[in-house]
Amino acid sequence: MRSAFINTLIKLARKDKRIFLLTGDLGFSVLEGFRDEFPDRFINMGVAEANMIGVAAGLALSGKVVFVYSIVPFVTLRCLEQIRNDVCYQQLQVRIIGVGAGLSYGTSGATHYSLEDIAVMRAISNLSVVCPGDPLETEMALKESLSYAGPLYIRLGKGHDPLVYRKLEGFKIGKAISLRYGKDIAIISTGNMLPNANQAASLLKKQGVDVRLISMHTVKPIDKKTIIDIAKKTKAIFTVEEHNLIGGLGSAVAEVLAEQPAKVYFKRIAVTETFFKTIGSQDYLRSKFGLDANGICKTIIKGMRKIRHG
Amino acid sequence: MTKLKACLAGKCLSLAKQIRREIVSMHAVSRNSHVGSSLSVADILVALYFCVMKTNANNCGDKKRDRLLLSKGHASSALYAVLAKRGFFPKKLLSDYCVDRGKLPGHATINCVPGVEVSTGSLGHGLSIGAGLALAAKHDKNKSRVFVILSDGECQEGSVWEAAMFASQHKLDNLISVIDYNKLQGFGKTKDVVGLEPFGKKWAAFGWQVKEVDGHDMAKIIKILESVPFVVKKPSVIIAHTVKGKGVSFMEDSLAWHYKSPGPDELKIALRELA
Repeated sequence: MRSAFINTLIKLARKDKRIFLLTGDLGFSVLEGFRDEFPDRFINMGVAEANMIGVAAGLALSGKVVFVYSIVPFVTLRCLEQIRNDVCYQQLQVRIIGVGAGLSYGTSGATHYSLEDIAVMRAISNLSVVCPGDPLETEMALKESLSYAGPLYIRLGKGHDPLVYRKLEGFKIGKAISLRYGKDIAIISTGNMLPNANQAASLLKKQGVDVRLISMHTVKPIDKKTIIDIAKKTKAIFTVEEHNLIGGLGSAVAEVLAEQPAKVYFKRIAVTETFFKTIGSQDYLRSKFGLDANGICKTIIKGMRKIRHG
Repeated sequence: MTKLKACLAGKCLSLAKQIRREIVSMHAVSRNSHVGSSLSVADILVALYFCVMKTNANNCGDKKRDRLLLSKGHASSALYAVLAKRGFFPKKLLSDYCVDRGKLPGHATINCVPGVEVSTGSLGHGLSIGAGLALAAKHDKNKSRVFVILSDGECQEGSVWEAAMFASQHKLDNLISVIDYNKLQGFGKTKDVVGLEPFGKKWAAFGWQVKEVDGHDMAKIIKILESVPFVVKKPSVIIAHTVKGKGVSFMEDSLAWHYKSPGPDELKIALRELA
């Protein structure tokens, strides 16, 4: 997703002179192309994220569209008040790009995990939260970001995220995408969980479970219409996210489900703790928390048994 | 000093007195805090808006305008009073300050009335935003300047120094910060809480050109503000030595008047002293 991000941004910046890119001293072997082509619109802000967001706000007040780039916790939690007051309160066209969604930096330890960001960013007024599911969704979100009014948080995976779509048309921030139209149960996935959710759907199909698969790339504003629609049409809904159980996609979907009449079994699949004692690769940690395709599949089968046994 | 300049300073002094009368009245009606902070910064704001800055009350979005960011957003009553006096909006709107259904918050809020450039209130935000504006002006080859007013207590925020480092690294000589150094902060004397001295040397070490001034000597404030940038390719900082609550004897240099607001009798005395 990182390369989809920068390659798209470079193309956009050739046509749109409003685009600035600020980084908190990260982006080695990712951002060089932009830096070299647009040196007067690229700033390495140093290790000073609060100032980075404030400067971005100043640039945006002058009519620039400003992308700020860093690893998720540093570009969200570290400078949260600047995001709230300088960017969101003033409704500025700042695009906060967080890389390393969820457990991407698995061996780095908890300082580098992003397991609270969706919850926290979702709570800030005026801020939309977009978690692309693959490189193509990333590209589409970036393109739309130029005309999107108000501030945006875009949560990316890392390098080498697999492609889920062969081609993608009609992407729109705030509008969920259906990838499979099964009628038994629904999986709603956000961000870098999409490939695993898709794989889990394939595994379930082999076991005779027909899955409606939704990519909820925009967690805020959430696509209520799609959620209410699948609540009517399927027996169970499972949300999948590489984020803490509290406040993320699962919570956002639960909020919608709780206020609509259809009764449907609902289960959140997410990371259940943040400060764990063992580290490991992203794949290792995903399987530990049941976020690999097999784990997702198991949780779903278990949930379906509960429905059957009432 | 030329006769003309002396006359200008005299006019500004009298304007500042009128602004102070507005401020105490606004705080008396709303019973809002921070009257002392507004009184301490009044002379600086008058000098900027009536002598130094290029502003356009008829077109707030004028790209060539100089910008004023009140990073110490709690002194918003002073800013509103000055903007009204300068013709940005009708004076009667000042009655909207910190009252039910009011539109003028206790901390400056962007576009709440024409002329308020940014939303502030949490300290330590303004200088970064100012640096961004100054950087954009440089990029766009726009000669407009950015003035950021900070409080002394505010300089305890780390983000101020992040911004200070950034501004000198990028040679933002169109960025000027003015520090309303009234020596009192929220819950004590600045020197007793977390002292700033040697304050000027700190700014100099961060790459800024520093000058100090009596923040209530109108002629000197105007002169120093008119001489920015002090050095080409360096941001300028003016440390303005001020008195919190300036102009009202019982409010001057008093911590209590960071919070208190004048009752009817106190207002009468204050207005008499500011006549």
